[in-house]
Amino acid sequence: MRGWGRKLLGYLGAVVVLLLAWAALSAAIGSPALPGPVIAIATFIEQWAEIWPQIAISGARVVAAMVIGTALAVPLGLWLGRSPRADAMAAPMIFLLYPIPKVVFLPVLLVLLGLGNTPKIVLIALIVFFQILVTARDAAKAVPEGSVVSVRSLGASRIDVYRHVVVPASLPDIFTALRIGTGTAIAVLFLAESIAGTNGLGYYIVDAWGRIDYPAMFAGIIAMALLGVVLYEALDALETWATRWRVAGR
Amino acid sequence: MAALEFDSTSMTYEGSDRSVRALDALELAVDVGEPVAIIGPSGCGKSTLLLLAAGLLAPTSGAVRVGGSAVDGPRRGTALILQDFGLLPWKTVEANAALGLKIRGVAAAELHQRAISALEGVGLADFARAYPAELSGGMRQRLALARAVALDADLVLMDEPLSALDALKREELQDVLLGLWKLRGHTQVLVTHSIEEAVFLGRRVVVMSPRPGKVSAVVDNPGMGSEGYRVTEEYFETVKRLRRILAEEGVVAAADVVAP
Repeated sequence: MRGWGRKLLGYLGAVVVLLLAWAALSAAIGSPALPGPVIAIATFIEQWAEIWPQIAISGARVVAAMVIGTALAVPLGLWLGRSPRADAMAAPMIFLLYPIPKVVFLPVLLVLLGLGNTPKIVLIALIVFFQILVTARDAAKAVPEGSVVSVRSLGASRIDVYRHVVVPASLPDIFTALRIGTGTAIAVLFLAESIAGTNGLGYYIVDAWGRIDYPAMFAGIIAMALLGVVLYEALDALETWATRWRVAGR
Repeated sequence: MAALEFDSTSMTYEGSDRSVRALDALELAVDVGEPVAIIGPSGCGKSTLLLLAAGLLAPTSGAVRVGGSAVDGPRRGTALILQDFGLLPWKTVEANAALGLKIRGVAAAELHQRAISALEGVGLADFARAYPAELSGGMRQRLALARAVALDADLVLMDEPLSALDALKREELQDVLLGLWKLRGHTQVLVTHSIEEAVFLGRRVVVMSPRPGKVSAVVDNPGMGSEGYRVTEEYFETVKRLRRILAEEGVVAAADVVAP
């Protein structure tokens, strides 16, 4: 409870500082393209009925993509990390593909998969996949050999070693990569939604921009920021729960 | 029939540019219920010997037998306790103690009961829900012992299990080890680099020499386990004798052997 209270207080302080800075910047520039926080927030509340379905659509896309990307990358990455032979075959491929900015495939995906949810989810899943793959592989490589030997001496099968040692030992690194990946995922989501389609927060923002409705545009930006904060915090809470042993003894 | 038997066992590790002969035609038999201590300089193949006995390595030539049959993988009744205790930081004390049982597919209710009674045996029952990071070094060591106890192992292999502890804790844990062995009567192989520990916990002390590892001497120590053994004349004499043997091996300085 104390931890939560402190966290909330911290967020509140940060929000106040950011709003003040925003108000100051808006006043200094004095352009309609940068409305102040008061009108933006008022619009956000006013337009809530229109905005929340867009939040739901965007949120569902990004969550689905992250779940799919992670679910595919974790088993493969852990396996590559534990199997030198598989790794020797796959590593050159991974290191060739990893640095390619996957977002450049957006046009290809749009042509092949249409303008709906699929190309957006596939693109984000692809990005998350490579980030988690490399992290999981490195984490599995760094698993202390003593832990593996001790579990094997108890008669552990290959699956037991993954279940009792490799997976729990790699979870902290995987969660860190996921949290950092949230930012990239939402950025790519914005790009994908703003280029193609007729719904989602990206579309909402660009549509408001086209109508020169700057307060609505900023309401959309606020919604996108909220989506990011909620996702990040949810992952943080999930991580704390899944790796609660790490807090022990501190 | 010997509980654990090395029959002309050799082990060679193949490196990328050279191979290392860790054990050379090792001959050693440990009787059922016998506590044996193995001592020797680093590189004498002590750890290799334990990994072979635990079925985690296969010998290059010769045989390793437990209870008369050749070891071909980890065995149900064998417990291996490593220097770093082999505890999993992400599992609670109880889950760590129960890990061997869980891997062997023991049902949850029995699992819980056996883990708790093993923890009681080493004085850790109050910490069942804690994580290893919350325990002191001595308590972690006790937990590693509890895992072996929970398994009901008849062969306990230990690789320098107390080397991370300070001198006082070490003696306390040596008493715990001795108590467990007296209570359970399992066959025990303890690898150590402490002369005193070897004499306190080994009814026979096997001295190994390095490169390639082989048995260079065996010291019988029949008084081991008797009441107050640590302060008897016999204990001191055996320590001195062992020290002399190790000095001849060039492991300890010759000056340490002669009393001033």
